[in-house]
Amino acid sequence: MKTLEQTTEEILGLAARHFKIPREELAPSDDFYKKLKIDSLRALELITRLEHHFGIELPDYEVQGVTDFRTLASRIQARL
Amino acid sequence: MTAPKVHPSEKTKTLSWELKDGTIELALHHPPCNEMGTAMLEDLEQFVATLESAEGKAGALIVYSRQEAGFSAGADLRELYGTSLALTAAERVSGVRTFLERMHRVLNAIDASPLTTIAAVHGVTFGGGFELALACDLIIADKMARFCFPELRLGLIPGFGGIPRLRRDTGNGVVRDLLLTGRSINAAKAVAAGLVSQVAAEGEVLQVARATAAQAGKFNRTTSAAAKRFLKPIPHEELRREIDLFCELFERSAVMEGLRKFVEHTGAHPYLP
Repeated sequence: MKTLEQTTEEILGLAARHFKIPREELAPSDDFYKKLKIDSLRALELITRLEHHFGIELPDYEVQGVTDFRTLASRIQARL
Repeated sequence: MTAPKVHPSEKTKTLSWELKDGTIELALHHPPCNEMGTAMLEDLEQFVATLESAEGKAGALIVYSRQEAGFSAGADLRELYGTSLALTAAERVSGVRTFLERMHRVLNAIDASPLTTIAAVHGVTFGGGFELALACDLIIADKMARFCFPELRLGLIPGFGGIPRLRRDTGNGVVRDLLLTGRSINAAKAVAAGLVSQVAAEGEVLQVARATAAQAGKFNRTTSAAAKRFLKPIPHEELRREIDLFCELFERSAVMEGLRKFVEHTGAHPYLP
């Protein structure tokens, strides 16, 4: 079982790679909409990539209102 | 009156189609994400009018999108809300019924076409876009495609034949989950649910669809068309009931309020309860 920190780190790494932002510029408490400069459609793309990466389903109602990486990681933790 | 001939290629405001190597390729290119309003409906009507004349020349039809965001975000809710504002409740319902009946004729024509029809989808495949894909014989999805019926989140049901065609293709448990939660699912889940038959790598869905169309196009058309009619009956009675139910729900003021919130919302997160 991954820890919340490990899951958060994997999300940050994936977001940095995919959205081409240096990893060191992303922090767990960041608002990923602002930091990655994404709209709701690109956020769906992020969720799809996270589903593939972690091998889970992440219903969008579970991440509705979630804006920071750490909370996103906690929602993913609940599905691992 | 004779049906218009299918030309080697043709372009309208929202669509382009081309007959190439025995396959008709229908491209959706209506920014931002192929919203299905009056403009696309008129162009789809023009397309299906030419489809009949192509039947002796083609074995397959591929429907795909040239918009980066995806296959289609579904019905044009901004147009629906804007048009409805100036109308009485009775006029609104009458107008939406006419629109739905026309859209059903288009999707039924694609559904019943003797060609082997393939929806090659990527990205957002929501609402009406999902319904267009479900009218095709096969859905081939880019790995990053995402499917959703968000209508209940706005107080409505899918109106372009979504429920009857979902019920035709998959179990009721999946249908209820998709509709009653309004959640979106990825391509792998859509395969598991029996909605998608093949998944392509990112950016490769059209190539995979072309290879599939070429294979399906090798077969005797009479046999393929007969097999298709046998495998995939069109649920006409349920489709008619869906239009009635949609119109009944559309009469309520709560729907206009839901549409207003959706259309007027300007934040990064869309208004979706």
